[in-house]
Amino acid sequence: MSKQSILIAIRRGLKRGPLPADQATMLRERLATRPRHLIPARSRVPHTEQISLFKWNVEKEFGTVAVVPDVDAVPAAVADYLAAQNLPGRVVMAPHPELQAIPWSARPLLEIREGRAEGSDTVSVQHGFAGIAETGTLMLPSAPERPVTLNLLPETEIVVLQASAIVGAYEDAWDRLRAERDAMPRNVMFVTGPSRSADIEQTLELGAHGPRRLHVVLVGVDPTTDHDHVEQNADSA
Amino acid sequence: MAFARPRRYLLSHAHLDVLGVQRKRPFGSGQRRPAEGPGAQRAEFHRPPGRRRGALPEFERLRDTARDIKNHALANLDFYLEAYEAKVLESGGKVYWCADAEEARNVVLTICQEAGAKTVTKGKSMIGEEIAINDHLERHGINPIETDLGEYIIQLRHELPSHIIAPAFHLNMEDWEAAFRKAHTDLPPDRTFTKRRDILNEARTKLRSSFLAADVGITGANFLVAETGSSVIVTNEGNGDLTQTLPRVHIVLASIEKCVPTLEDATSLLRVLARSATGQDFSVYTTFSTGARRPGDLDGPEEYHVVLIDNGRSAMLGTDFQEMLRCIRCAACMNHCPVYGAVGGHAYGWVYPGPMGSVLTPGLIGVDQAGHLPNASTFCGKCESVCPVRIPLPKLMRHWREREFERHLNPAAARFGLGVWGFFVRRPGLYRMATRAAAMGMGLFGRKKGRFGQMPLAGGWTQGRDMPAPEGDTFFARYAKAQRAGRV
Repeated sequence: MSKQSILIAIRRGLKRGPLPADQATMLRERLATRPRHLIPARSRVPHTEQISLFKWNVEKEFGTVAVVPDVDAVPAAVADYLAAQNLPGRVVMAPHPELQAIPWSARPLLEIREGRAEGSDTVSVQHGFAGIAETGTLMLPSAPERPVTLNLLPETEIVVLQASAIVGAYEDAWDRLRAERDAMPRNVMFVTGPSRSADIEQTLELGAHGPRRLHVVLVGVDPTTDHDHVEQNADSA
Repeated sequence: MAFARPRRYLLSHAHLDVLGVQRKRPFGSGQRRPAEGPGAQRAEFHRPPGRRRGALPEFERLRDTARDIKNHALANLDFYLEAYEAKVLESGGKVYWCADAEEARNVVLTICQEAGAKTVTKGKSMIGEEIAINDHLERHGINPIETDLGEYIIQLRHELPSHIIAPAFHLNMEDWEAAFRKAHTDLPPDRTFTKRRDILNEARTKLRSSFLAADVGITGANFLVAETGSSVIVTNEGNGDLTQTLPRVHIVLASIEKCVPTLEDATSLLRVLARSATGQDFSVYTTFSTGARRPGDLDGPEEYHVVLIDNGRSAMLGTDFQEMLRCIRCAACMNHCPVYGAVGGHAYGWVYPGPMGSVLTPGLIGVDQAGHLPNASTFCGKCESVCPVRIPLPKLMRHWREREFERHLNPAAARFGLGVWGFFVRRPGLYRMATRAAAMGMGLFGRKKGRFGQMPLAGGWTQGRDMPAPEGDTFFARYAKAQRAGRV
């Protein structure tokens, strides 16, 4: 192993020896305090606007969003979506307590298997850890109750996300993750829309290797008080 | 994100591998929507008052931030690499420090052999191309399968990518169909391909079985994060994620300058990366991997290995070319380069094309081997003006030209010609007289045809084209005349 020779070569280039103790302490402090850099203003808005910005961005990136007032409405939203897409009512679901608490029995025709996805699964239901408004990005950290394969193998991924889990910037999502977990999860995926490729005749096609459809069921927004459509005058900006 | 086999590319579009993105046309608003799919259901949403949604007016300041983060990381690279290694070990991974390509190849091969690997799926990795890992694995009986769509067809056709961002740029539906019919002989021969979707579906199915069968997955890394011991990949297709999730063993290939301190630092760099690479606000999949499968996890690799590769980077620290180590491989410089646009990626002869290649390649393989690259520039400055980490590419190319000249590496004829030109140009009066005489003389000789098919001392140039004849006067003379007439 060339560890020492590489470190020596780096220090030779930087024209110094190992960092003096005080400087190393400063860097360790920087690693511990993790200073934030410039965060774009686009997501620095009130939470209701962040929710609307998140939806707008997901749809801009070819995803879809269904808004429901509470978890009781999730089974219908999922079943309706599958029916509208002409997909079978059979899903593989993340074994997450929040998903397990959903009253799925309201839709007895929906066939649910809990676990990781296999190559033959066509629809997954994943638990959304956070939604990032600035680009309509989902943060999906791995855990026993949130398998990564659900984000990759099925053609259709449905993510159930609490509106309260929508944050402005990526940095806010990191802080949310750090507050919940002591250590970095094995895998943290940021997902922005469905998989895509433009390799065939330079024409965008969705569903390259990952899901072809990404559908977000946003829980905790009362559709009757969903004020997205109010500020129409700004759209011409 | 992939490279063809069995032939090794002289030059790859590997810069994108790190990105895992393959197309030049930006995604996002204003772009043609897919012919079918969920976009059709799009509802109307409106922008908050007084601001255009999705706008990023801070981009220039974000570039400054990105530059400063990379400068800080490079100035303390030894510290951050050791901190990174400690975190990887803590999360159950392994780190291998490799001084050069050979050491790295052998480490990768050993890991694959110990895993009993027969097939290896690969996300496109630029450093993988630099160390020619595919050749090495093949020579030892291991089958590396590239998984990016564009690379996959190129691999089936045993040819070179025609474009650095869209490797299958030159192929149409019929080419895809023909290649697929030839390669996928296990599928019914009477199947039809009427839409691009049919091609995509077949590729998806075939590669899916490769993903599921592979013993080892090899990816690159856009960043390594010292705070957490994570490696970061960015793709649009999702092939990189399948590569690092499904096989039992995940190998990360990363050069040492990829290391940044914190998740916040990586996040700030990712903001400028996607935008500079494809014009997307964010790539579809940006994934942070940290160690091996945890207790209770239902998926993920059981082994996580990081192969840290120097291969010439440490020697660039402390030199004029340290700034080049800021490069995050977005390819904005080549997308805006008139020379790259004219000659294409193949002409650069090695892994890294375009302006960033013209600076990096001589640093890695020597100016004696790659001195012609920094000469292939008009110094228009576009590359520097779009670089998200503000690398002064023209200045660095000029440094290479100076070094090449100092070391007498240019051909004698070029040095002689430059000497003659230098003699005149230091004497402006003489220079004007000589150029005026030449212009008049050539104008006189060429006035019949208006061009020259042959020129003394310029045979190589006139072999492929005619030299237009001057119209009898120099620019200086015409300008002076116009000035006297009060026209300028």
